[in-house]
Amino acid sequence: MSFELHLRDADLPSLVRESESCTESDVERALGKEHLQLVDLLALLSPAASRCLEPMAQRARALTLQRFGRTILLYAPIYVSNECTNRCAYCSFAVQNDVPRTTLTLEQAEAEAEFLRAEGFRHVLIVSGESRRAAPPESFAALIRRIRPWAANLTLEVYPLEEREYAMLVDAGADGVTLYQETYDRTVYAQVHPAGRKADYGYRLAALERAGRAGMARLNVGALLGLHPWRSEALAIALHASWLMKHFWRSQVAVSFPRLRHGPSGYQPAFPVSDRDLVQMMTAMRLFLPDAGIVLSTREPAHLRNALIPMGVTQMSAGSKTEPGGYTMPCEEGAQFSVEDRRSAAQIARLIVQAGYEPVWKDWDRGLSKGAAA
Amino acid sequence: MDPTSLQEPLVIAGRTFQSRLLVGTGKFSSAATMRRAADACAAEIVTVALRRVDLDNPQDDMLGALAGGRFLILPNTSGARDADEAIRLARMARAAGLEPWIKLEVTPDPRWLLPDPMETLRAAEVLVKDGFVVMPYIQADPVLARRLEEVGCATVMPLGAPIGSNKGVRTRDSIQIILEGASVPVVVDAGLGAPSHAAEAMEMGASAVLVNTAIATARDPVEMARAFRLAVESGRAAWRAGLPGARESAEASSPLTGFLR
Repeated sequence: MSFELHLRDADLPSLVRESESCTESDVERALGKEHLQLVDLLALLSPAASRCLEPMAQRARALTLQRFGRTILLYAPIYVSNECTNRCAYCSFAVQNDVPRTTLTLEQAEAEAEFLRAEGFRHVLIVSGESRRAAPPESFAALIRRIRPWAANLTLEVYPLEEREYAMLVDAGADGVTLYQETYDRTVYAQVHPAGRKADYGYRLAALERAGRAGMARLNVGALLGLHPWRSEALAIALHASWLMKHFWRSQVAVSFPRLRHGPSGYQPAFPVSDRDLVQMMTAMRLFLPDAGIVLSTREPAHLRNALIPMGVTQMSAGSKTEPGGYTMPCEEGAQFSVEDRRSAAQIARLIVQAGYEPVWKDWDRGLSKGAAA
Repeated sequence: MDPTSLQEPLVIAGRTFQSRLLVGTGKFSSAATMRRAADACAAEIVTVALRRVDLDNPQDDMLGALAGGRFLILPNTSGARDADEAIRLARMARAAGLEPWIKLEVTPDPRWLLPDPMETLRAAEVLVKDGFVVMPYIQADPVLARRLEEVGCATVMPLGAPIGSNKGVRTRDSIQIILEGASVPVVVDAGLGAPSHAAEAMEMGASAVLVNTAIATARDPVEMARAFRLAVESGRAAWRAGLPGARESAEASSPLTGFLR
């Protein structure tokens, strides 16, 4: 059964109602368990649990420490293209927005990668808008082959691909795929993605399954928080992550909680997510999925990122530029989202040390990538 | 070798070690803390995940922190999902100048990090033929331990419990069978969450133990490293001294066979 059917059977609206009726004693029971079931997750995401954030955070910290140690992995994105055929209501890259459009040449993209390498990064995320003409899958493969000799880990955050295309990228040396569903709610999804290839909800939802079948070692799920009530999205993320873990047991599954702030032309998220909500969601996810990576990007402001370090985060971006060529030929007008945390990679690394953690620049190896076999 | 000798060292592939506590290097808050912990427990074998070290970088934090020590750096293939990946990592490490010793870990499941027996055996055969000293991380499976010994592994390293679980020697009965059958050193690896767990494994007759999470994530890793050292020494001494063994019932004061005297 596909995840799409699994999600339909799970009946999110009724799960949300069940969560909303949980009591503090349900939360206490969940906090006392070693292996959590779905009912326990419902309790941890409930309004009742919002009064138990401290014990949830303490437990999240202890579990993360045990499983991942006192370490935070650092990575940085390379935006290779902001050309896009989609009309996402919330995104700066959407076709209707008047921003300077750039697609990097292979040499320009490699220069960006070299910049990150000099900063110390060995984990690189390749990001692109959805334009198969401007940035075809082969262009990602070409970049991967260029930087594979020194990059420890290469993941992609690009438009959904066919299974054979993911397999081609695995052969080139790709280690993983990050793909947010944006929202798991079909109706809202259709409203905010009115046109373009992205209008196909099911094709996007099944992309990580295609990536898993193609042998991607890392699968990263998430939703763009603010499009739909967060409790429902958090449940869907948890169901998606655990479904992927079960079906692609060789792949590491990670989750992200990107929050929508303000978009182009005054776009305001319909369901803003507060810091408290974010903490509840993140710690509940850690308790439910002790082994999942939790990724925190520079979308979040510095003070919040500092505070979130001990609550289950395993991986952070740092010093990020979200426009193509941002590191070597900066022009912020073409950026996808506003980077709230503008500290440099070195500053972030120092901060992690101050928090009592080790900033880790390398936690994978090209020898573990299929691209190295060639 | 006289098993009652107080000074009897651990010998792996012809190399002699005084310490029977091997330590891992992951999960520490800094490379400097890791080094202090390794020193505090007098470890002589320190395992390093190849995925964490940058072999191309002479200033690598992890290897730099271990420099100048009397440690054997035992690279491990953490992250390898099949034999080919493990073999590739091992060869890359040797090519970069590390000694040809390898802690073989093939763990296709990134959640529990449990070892794949088939791939581990396959990689072990290739690496032994390739001249490596191979120390495989395995389930506490006595038949697999024999098979690995037959293909020339230098030790076997059965797990006490899943990596990082801190649950102790949950595989006790199977480890006992491995200990009785093994001709190579048996290093109990993974799951030892407290010094008492390490002492238990040593009391059973394990040749050594490997500890990482319990030391690295302790509030004071250096003090915890020292505690593990004492536990390993104490467990070894108890094994040498010959544990009396637990009894299910009291000994009868009027033995049934007393009339035979």
